[in-house]
Amino acid sequence: MSDHDKHDELGHGNQPHVLSVGLLAAVLVALLILTGLTVYTGKKDLHGLDLGIAMFIATVKATMVCLIFMHLKWDRRFNGMIFLFAVLLVGLFLAFTTLDLSQYQPLVDEYRRNQVAP
Amino acid sequence: MTTTAAPAHAPGHESGAVHHGPAHLQHHFQTSDQQYDASKLGLWVFLLTEVLFFSALFVAYTTYRSLHPEVFAYAANFLDTNLGAANTMVLLLSSFTVAWAVRNAQLGQRKLLIANLAVTLLCAGTFMGIKYEEYSHKYHEGLLWGGAKHSIFKYNTSYIRPDVKAHSHAWNEGSPFNHEIAPVKNLTAEQRREVSIFFAIYFCLTGLHGIHVLAGMVLLTWLLIRSIRGEFSPQYYTPIDLGALYWHLVDLVWIFLFPLLYLIA
Repeated sequence: MSDHDKHDELGHGNQPHVLSVGLLAAVLVALLILTGLTVYTGKKDLHGLDLGIAMFIATVKATMVCLIFMHLKWDRRFNGMIFLFAVLLVGLFLAFTTLDLSQYQPLVDEYRRNQVAP
Repeated sequence: MTTTAAPAHAPGHESGAVHHGPAHLQHHFQTSDQQYDASKLGLWVFLLTEVLFFSALFVAYTTYRSLHPEVFAYAANFLDTNLGAANTMVLLLSSFTVAWAVRNAQLGQRKLLIANLAVTLLCAGTFMGIKYEEYSHKYHEGLLWGGAKHSIFKYNTSYIRPDVKAHSHAWNEGSPFNHEIAPVKNLTAEQRREVSIFFAIYFCLTGLHGIHVLAGMVLLTWLLIRSIRGEFSPQYYTPIDLGALYWHLVDLVWIFLFPLLYLIA
């Protein structure tokens, strides 16, 4: 029956894109190794690079989960775009809050100092 | 062909949209593929809202940490990195088993599907068990947000319960994981207030994540029951696929939570 059906490159319906157990296991092993790595680097003092390295490792892990476990690599592009859009919105949210914070926090601090002073 | 539950149509019906599909195909979709794509699109939009839901707390975290990095460096010493790492591994394993379950559903491997869903559910339970262990330790120690009854971070020390003060290791000796940091009783009132905000953020973030794990457990149980009943086939496994996507998102959030909360040098 599926022979005469048009093959769907994106892996849907009659021709689902099935991931091999080997690939899934390889991703799991990579994720576990990266977790070990982030624990190892987290316990070391890396002179201010700690947060950057931890976030880099977390982003690599998240990308692997998204692309392979969540199938985005083979899914319809639009679904991936929705998720990318979510990440962009989070970035926007963070960026504007940080901008606002750096703009107004000195004023808040100054106000506080004046409150404490007699 | 499998037998279908679709009602028989009167012969001579000329519409092109006559419903001849399998039982799982709802009347407002023309094909299984269309229904599958629509469901998946809907779930991805839901995941977008979930990401934004969590992002508000991550923004709170970023704001507070950028203002008080020293508070985070101090307070994170009270979190058990080993339990956090164990929970990370449990969740990663569950993500793997649920991804495998999708493969099983696609290939019609019913027994493996049931086994993988069961292992995923077991991992979720283990995660919550470890979380319970952590929370009960924090409760016992008084490592709670400032407004909590048992909190040792109250601005006015006379409001801290004497029994909590007496038995709290954090109050008297400091962190069991880092002996170099000061016990909470040595902090000033302002410092206690600041540390209490770290714990407020910690409980909000891990609590919201924990609620998602619990919701995932309900979802996985439902998928498990349906799998045992044999309701899924290579032609119809959408709930497994979408349930797995939701579960991966729970894993994704934890991938960021773990280093941000537990691994602050």
